[in-house]
Amino acid sequence: METVAAFFLPSVVVLIIGYGVVKKCRVFDVFLEGAKGGFRTALNVAPSLLALLLAVDMLRASGAIDLVSRLLAPAASFLGLPPETVPLTLLSPLSGSGSVGVLKTILEQNGPDSFVGLCASVMGGSTETTFYAVTVYYGAIGVKKTRHTLPCAVCADWVSFLLSPRFVTWLLRRQ
Amino acid sequence: MNLLWPVLIAVAFVCAACTGKTAELSAAVVASGADTMAFLLRLAGVLCIWGGLAAVAEKSGLAALCGRALSPLLRLVFPRLKDEKARAAIALNVSANFLGLGNAATPLGIAAMKRLRELGGESAVASDEMVRFVVMNSAAVHLVPATVALLRGEAGSPAPTATLLPALIVSLLALTAGLALCAVGERVSAWKR
Repeated sequence: METVAAFFLPSVVVLIIGYGVVKKCRVFDVFLEGAKGGFRTALNVAPSLLALLLAVDMLRASGAIDLVSRLLAPAASFLGLPPETVPLTLLSPLSGSGSVGVLKTILEQNGPDSFVGLCASVMGGSTETTFYAVTVYYGAIGVKKTRHTLPCAVCADWVSFLLSPRFVTWLLRRQ
Repeated sequence: MNLLWPVLIAVAFVCAACTGKTAELSAAVVASGADTMAFLLRLAGVLCIWGGLAAVAEKSGLAALCGRALSPLLRLVFPRLKDEKARAAIALNVSANFLGLGNAATPLGIAAMKRLRELGGESAVASDEMVRFVVMNSAAVHLVPATVALLRGEAGSPAPTATLLPALIVSLLALTAGLALCAVGERVSAWKR
């Protein structure tokens, strides 16, 4: 499985360039033309990403995530979520590296195949860093008014969080 | 964000003041900007490379091919989007996401957003299609959840990919819910106008 996955990315690169050569594209020139925009896009994203990650870093350093997690633990149990996974639900919409760190800690402390570990894995595998996606995609094209994007995306995240323990119970037969 | 951002920062400040973690907080303020710039530089490299590959895929017709292969799905999510170029760009992003190529998916998705913005007359307000597209990207429909499998393996699991199927089903359900809410949001904004 690991070797298949490791072979995957290079295969995609070869497929794209190979298909271009077969179709008689000037692949190198076209590549350079497309690559030119990368820096400008990163620059467009920079201000909003700096702002978002400042808030995220401050939240993590201040211990606010831990505190809110402890406060929310009873509510989480009521919704059927293991209390240990609450930090993941708070952080994973905000920060990719942050949620990887939290997931790693949960797996190490509870065991990857315990109920808590399995729930956290399903949560981590079924949600994306919503605020990051919104910031990058809209920041790159300079759209300011995102309308109903955030509420819809955050609700979708919570559907994932709430369904994860149910599907672990049903499909993996763990309680 | 004009509302949420100050709230997040205020919460952090009050929390640090109460728990006495002010030293950690000020370290975070200093480090955050530098860390983000380092990350942006790496991101720029990824954006350049996949932007280049995306251009090749578009020129050679591979993107359009992808678009046609995924067109039943795209018709379901974007019923009013007829533009061939936008559909091809979205198809590339969806394929990259599905295959778990997260780094590739972002630049491909930005290309799709640029095309959607051209179609929307360069307006600073998100179009219905943009909202649907970003919501779709915030639900992680992956065939191979590489990061999770890696972390599970490192933590000593004998079955690192055990959560593949439940995660796929859960993310598909979340995607459905997100898109249904988009439809509601579109109705509400149409009604407001």
